[in-house]
Amino acid sequence: MFVEIEEIAKEFGTERALHPVSLSIPSGALIALLGPSGSGKTTLLRILAGLEFPTSGRVLFDGTDATGMSVQERRAGFVFQHYALFRHMTVFENVAYGLRARKRHERPTRAEIGRRVNRLLDLIQLPDIGSRYPSQLSGGQRQRVALARALAIEPRMLLLDEPFGALDAKVRKELRQGLREIHDTTGLTTVFVTHDQEEAMELADLVVVMSMGRVEQVGKPADIRARPASDFVRTFTAA
Amino acid sequence: MSDVAHPVTRPTPVTTEPRLARHILIGTVVALVAVLLFAPLFAVFAEALRQGWAASIEGISSPDARAAIRLTLIVAAIAVPLNAVFGIAAAWAITKFDFRGKAFLITLIDLPFSVSPVVAGLALVLLFGANSWFGAWLIAHDLKIVFAFPGIVLATMFVTFPFVARELIPVMMEQGRAEEEAALTLGASGWRVFLTVTLPNIRWALLYGVLLCNARAMGEFGAVAVISGKIRGETTTMPIMIEMLYNEYLSVAAFSLAAVLALLALVTLFLKSLLEWCYADLLAATRRH
Ligand SMILES: Nc1ncnc2c1ncn2[C@@H]1O[C@H](COP(=O)(O)OP(=O)(O)OP(=O)(O)O)[C@@H](O)[C@H]1O
Ligand SMILES: [Mg+2]
Repeated sequence: MFVEIEEIAKEFGTERALHPVSLSIPSGALIALLGPSGSGKTTLLRILAGLEFPTSGRVLFDGTDATGMSVQERRAGFVFQHYALFRHMTVFENVAYGLRARKRHERPTRAEIGRRVNRLLDLIQLPDIGSRYPSQLSGGQRQRVALARALAIEPRMLLLDEPFGALDAKVRKELRQGLREIHDTTGLTTVFVTHDQEEAMELADLVVVMSMGRVEQVGKPADIRARPASDFVRTFTAA
Repeated sequence: MSDVAHPVTRPTPVTTEPRLARHILIGTVVALVAVLLFAPLFAVFAEALRQGWAASIEGISSPDARAAIRLTLIVAAIAVPLNAVFGIAAAWAITKFDFRGKAFLITLIDLPFSVSPVVAGLALVLLFGANSWFGAWLIAHDLKIVFAFPGIVLATMFVTFPFVARELIPVMMEQGRAEEEAALTLGASGWRVFLTVTLPNIRWALLYGVLLCNARAMGEFGAVAVISGKIRGETTTMPIMIEMLYNEYLSVAAFSLAAVLALLALVTLFLKSLLEWCYADLLAATRRH
């Protein structure tokens, strides 16, 4: 699915989180929203997911207006910064949640749900943890479960808010590779938020550099390195 | 780990107080609990059974006493579920949405805690009594609130309103909105999110709030005393009946009824402990991420 963001602005009371922002996300791309704290990355991601609605502007999915579409209709797989796993459910139940929440005539059978959940647990290379609770997992495992849960709904796109933010350097590297692989096998349009320029440059096809609610530059990592559009981009992406 | 060649030294955790201090502290708490909580309860039961089981059972099986027990149970059965629903709604509104006047609403929820129950009862009489704003309309429509069952329910609900909301607000604040938002992105409807995510996450706080609310609903004296008019056998709840019996020097009957009231409270506490015990594993697993 390709996504177009047209002049999206967002105000919280008097606070401007996003100045009019425009952006095209090609189908199947892996995009990084890169910027310092408070630059509006999370806000933009939540607007894409339908968790927040813009003050003005439009969002288009595959060319049709999706601005007023509800969060459920959008079917965006969302991985939250602190994962937001359901703490009173096992890993299996967490991953199955989206399938079980479907309307009766769209809902897979019990056996089918079981098969799909197990396939996803295999995909994230944690086949044996279905019966555990989130509190019994390491940070990296939680992150992967959150990814599996988001993938279970067969999302139209994948949105991740600082997916590796709370993990140590070694696990980050591994999971980065994991996300790249999952993106390449599923072919999903994927947007992830980060404030780590190295992560953005290494992982993404296209990097969107943001600052103070504005898009400073959009481009391939090499282009941004070679031709920074402003002083801010230059200093922020300096390794 | 321990090496045999070394003399055995006991590791002392940094948070541990000296032994003496610990013993004094624990001893004081136990003594306080015994004197303030256990002794009075014991005294009530001892006094109730002073003339044997037969006398106390007779004391609580008079028609008036039985009517009082029934009334108390019915009032609690109406007031507690309603307040549970209102409490959830209030806690939900306060913790999940941002709106103007939120701080004021939180203060308002606490109002029944800070206003004396007698004042609350009087306020209800002023509102719904014969000479009140609504009085004429109520009389015209043959609706009795003051000195009648609806008044008792209203007074009880007013007094017990904060319990559930007060238990839920901190828990829901701490949990934030992330899990609910996650459920929404997975396609769940708002109602389904409430049933499968919100409610399970708050169930222990809710249970605790409901138990406290129930205990207070059954035990409320002041507000009910004012609005009920204390019509024997009709609007006397257990606490009011106990006071009447006591004032009439029927102390065995009074204490027997008091013992029943205390037992009802103890049963709810016991149920809570039982549930906690049954679900100890699940509780431990789900309490923290
Ligand atoms: N619910 C809200 N109410 C009020 N202001 C908000 C809200 N959410 C975000 N903001 C404001 O919008 C601006 C952008 O916030 P946002 O969370 O999008 O930043 P971010 O780039 O994700 O930062 P971080 O890297 O710290 O997560 C900030 O100034 C923030 O204070
Ligand atoms: Mg953020």
